[in-house]
Amino acid sequence: MVIIEQFINGLNLGSIYALMALGYTMVYGIAKMLNFAHGDIIMVGAYTISVATTNLGLSPILSVLLSMLVCTVLGVVIEKVAYKPLRMASPLTVLITAIGVSYLLQSVALLIFGSKSQRVASVINVAPVTIGGITLTGESIVTLGVTIVIMILLVLFINKTKVGKAMLAVSEDRGAAELMGINVNNTISLTFAIGSFLAAVAGALFVSSYGFVDPYTGALPGIKAFVAAVLGGIGSVPGAMLGGILLGIIESLSKAYISTQLSDAIVFGVLILVLLFKPSGLLGKQRVTKV
Amino acid sequence: MLKVENLHVYYGAIHAIKGISFEVNEGEIVSLIGANGAGKTTTLHSISGLIKPSSGHISFMDKSIGGMTADKIMRLGLGHVPEGRRVFQDLTVQENLELGAFSVKDKDFIHREYTRVMELFPRLGERRKQLAGTLSGGEQQMLAIGRALMGKPRMLLMDEPSMGLAPILVKEIFSIIKECNNDGVTILLVEQNANMALSISDRAYVLETGKIVKTDTAQKLLGDESVKKAYLGG
Ligand SMILES: Nc1ncnc2c1ncn2[C@@H]1O[C@H](COP(=O)(O)OP(=O)(O)OP(=O)(O)O)[C@@H](O)[C@H]1O
Ligand SMILES: [Mg+2]
Repeated sequence: MVIIEQFINGLNLGSIYALMALGYTMVYGIAKMLNFAHGDIIMVGAYTISVATTNLGLSPILSVLLSMLVCTVLGVVIEKVAYKPLRMASPLTVLITAIGVSYLLQSVALLIFGSKSQRVASVINVAPVTIGGITLTGESIVTLGVTIVIMILLVLFINKTKVGKAMLAVSEDRGAAELMGINVNNTISLTFAIGSFLAAVAGALFVSSYGFVDPYTGALPGIKAFVAAVLGGIGSVPGAMLGGILLGIIESLSKAYISTQLSDAIVFGVLILVLLFKPSGLLGKQRVTKV
Repeated sequence: MLKVENLHVYYGAIHAIKGISFEVNEGEIVSLIGANGAGKTTTLHSISGLIKPSSGHISFMDKSIGGMTADKIMRLGLGHVPEGRRVFQDLTVQENLELGAFSVKDKDFIHREYTRVMELFPRLGERRKQLAGTLSGGEQQMLAIGRALMGKPRMLLMDEPSMGLAPILVKEIFSIIKECNNDGVTILLVEQNANMALSISDRAYVLETGKIVKTDTAQKLLGDESVKKAYLGG
């Protein structure tokens, strides 16, 4: 029974990683950059919820909606202000800028809220369910449900709508996509908006499950989500989903059965192993070009 | 229809295009011929906005398009079939064609043009649901042309449409280019296969290491001794 509960914990954590990994992977696919500030968006989302519920007295639903709005706008603004001017710069310049943006967000949070972690009440008000001796918390149920729905909608959006297909086209060949009349800047903005929206969702689920926020709340989950994206194959949407879920399960099971201290080492060990045998990640492609 | 004046392009320190000027009139097929590395692709990329020239002036239908982004230029009716086809490999044939019409609002046009492309290239019809990456090189070339036609171009830039194709397919592609032209699409054609290109062209320019060294009617160039030697295999 314990193993099943740990497995569900893993799914819960993995869902959050997966939602964040989607942001990494989509931005990488479309803008060809690693947005290391992505993890900190969930921190901003978590603080927004904290302020909205305690200081503004908003209802949980409104708080979450406000957090989604704040994160989405923030993601788009960061892209416009920090990354867009660097469209022609070397990848290293962009990477360093992204790390800078990440520190900036953390420092601003530190200035406003201080370094002490704040308790945040769960925005999820769903009763736990017990099935055959296994108890699912309301948070787990909502996390899994929301993640499944979002993933289905996202896959449908990308593969079935005109705008989604334009995103696929830009990610495969930016120049050729422009020749189709696709506006690359708008596509990149949209990608940042979607990624940051998903981070807001992840942030809401994260604070609800773990109950606290501090300026570094996003840092470690951000790195884990990045690992998840690479594990699944960076640039691949299904890969990010798979990578996130797998990572959550591995982390949870190794904490329960091997060692809490070693769990991160095991996570990174799995990444290295996978990359040794499949450098492009589990679902990443090695492209064959026809000449 | 298209006018290029004193175009210069640098790649870092490499001066790839050294002040070329030429024009294409409405309804014409004009060829740009030249050896590998002469700067043909660079010229087309500058026109369609994929690269930024260092200086010079480009206008399309009396409108200056220098400095515009590629998607805007395409929306003015300037299509580009790029070198190496660059079809979207992970999308199906049909999706590639639909993306070709991304900027077109007129649903009837999209429907009609789709049907017409299927008639022009029956092989694409048979492979509608197949991923473009799994098509043969020749089929990908047909798809690249069909995709450009879906965007309702007034003029098409075509970069080596015959590259890597069997002779029978080359003939077919060239007759389709001619057909598009008869339907009113102006064409600027870049080719290694100078013989074929000249045979369907009205006029041509000869490009050598970034400079235009000769221009004349296609007929005259076919008979020109130096052109014969350099580009027509003796
Ligand atoms: N991205 C680039 N960076 C640096 N140099 C480049 C780049 N693209 C092209 N060049 C150089 O510019 C010159 C012209 O290249 P271009 O591709 O326009 O030639 P081309 O006439 O199309 O040749 P081909 O017939 O082989 O396609 C070449 O010397 C090439 O090496
Ligand atoms: Mg070329």
